[in-house]
Amino acid sequence: MTFTIKGRADVDRTASDRELEQIVREHAGRLATALMRITGDFAMAEDLVQDAVLAALQRWPMEGVPDRPDAWLFTVARNRGLDALRRQSNYRAKLAQLRWPVQPTSDDRLRLIFTCCHPALSRPAQIVLTLRVTCGLTTAQIARALLVPETTVAQRITRAKRKITEAGIPYRVPDPNELGARLREVLSVIYLLLNEGYLSTGERGQSRDLVDDAEWLAAQLYDLMPTEPEVAGLLALIRLHRARADARFDPGGNLVLLEHQDRSNWDHEAIAAASRLLARAAKRHQPGPYQLQAAIVACHAEAADWADTDWEQIGLLYDMLVHLAPSPLTRLHRSIARRYTAGPEAALAEVDALATALDRYHLYHAIRADLLRTLGRADEARAANRRALELTANPAEQALLRRRIDWGDDAG
Amino acid sequence: MKYVLLFVETEQFEKDLEAMSHADRDRASQLANKWMADHADTIRGGSKLQSASTATTVRLDAGSEPVITDGPFVEGKEVVSGYTEVEVDDLDQVLNMVRTWPGCPLVEIRPIVELPPAQS
Repeated sequence: MTFTIKGRADVDRTASDRELEQIVREHAGRLATALMRITGDFAMAEDLVQDAVLAALQRWPMEGVPDRPDAWLFTVARNRGLDALRRQSNYRAKLAQLRWPVQPTSDDRLRLIFTCCHPALSRPAQIVLTLRVTCGLTTAQIARALLVPETTVAQRITRAKRKITEAGIPYRVPDPNELGARLREVLSVIYLLLNEGYLSTGERGQSRDLVDDAEWLAAQLYDLMPTEPEVAGLLALIRLHRARADARFDPGGNLVLLEHQDRSNWDHEAIAAASRLLARAAKRHQPGPYQLQAAIVACHAEAADWADTDWEQIGLLYDMLVHLAPSPLTRLHRSIARRYTAGPEAALAEVDALATALDRYHLYHAIRADLLRTLGRADEARAANRRALELTANPAEQALLRRRIDWGDDAG
Repeated sequence: MKYVLLFVETEQFEKDLEAMSHADRDRASQLANKWMADHADTIRGGSKLQSASTATTVRLDAGSEPVITDGPFVEGKEVVSGYTEVEVDDLDQVLNMVRTWPGCPLVEIRPIVELPPAQS
């Protein structure tokens, strides 16, 4: 049997596979941090853990999960290390000191995340390294999750590890004076995983797996930095999205827009918990883009139905977001709230002002099409939907746009 | 670890520098000198380079004969104007230093390949 953790074999995935994935993820990260601290060698520690993870993925599905999976991984990694190091005596003494149980401190886990997301590494390198080292995914799993060839992932990992060594990227938590910028880097890597998983631009409609990884990382980070409001904000944002995930697709795999979602399929308990998390973060009075995005999603999540949506509040939150992190994309989303507070014509004027910046972005044309249709300009709406269709590769979005174009044809 | 900091000037920076008064230009160069003095304990050498117009380039991949031309990048908008070698613990330490560099707007940081000591 082939054992698949990630990707398109999702349908075959059983609960026990998920359990294995969870066990590997938790213990691989712990083992990596312990090895890193002892040997001080990022590349070596990472290789040892990956060997152990691969062995576990091959053997556990057949032999069953050992009673103490963490001890099993530890023993495999340590033995492989000792084997390899017979030829390199300099690490042998250090590795021999390593004793079970390994107890990395929270500081070790932070160092690991910050090293993987160092700004001297390219963004794709930060992402593969985080998935690999912090989440314990194998090259094959990362390739399937990101829909890139395995050789590409392997190359990125090799280059990133080489750069860490050769450029002298340290394994440390940034000083307080650098922490702000470096934390933003870490948060944006987790945010990218959320986006990639939430609505991939690739051939899948969605992948819940990267959202799982994003949530796991954000939860780890929150555990380590509970007083950073933006960390809590990002965790709340991810959990709010997940709480509504089941309603986003119909049984045929078609995308269901928020307006038409069956809200009884939302996880209202999770929504309430995420909102409480967000409220606690807000008490620190340090608003940031993730807290604001989460607050917007929370507004939608707490509305009993579409008609009950508090558009005034959402509009205000978008104003703050545009002020803090001005981008054409944020303005585009704000225009949706404007439609309900100031009317479709005002919203269309705002959207049209973004034409130059967002001409290559499918949602710009889709949102514009919707406003045009509301204003009775059916031909222009159809043209805008066609343009949107050309610009997205996501099959679920393509299907939705096709339905709209057909609808427009019927109406016209 | 040893790193070389390559200081890179841009067209805009050059224009801004030209537009400055004598006094302002002096102040700017004093700031750069102060930065060098502040980090003297890590600095192992380096030089300011003559302007790019004094450079000579030899292209070895142009055919059988090397081609010798004036200047580095005829249409270049960014030009290396100097370099400094520093010795520090790791990349973050250099990044912290460079963050306060008061001169040109671009600094490239490159680790130096440290060769094993020659066998005698």
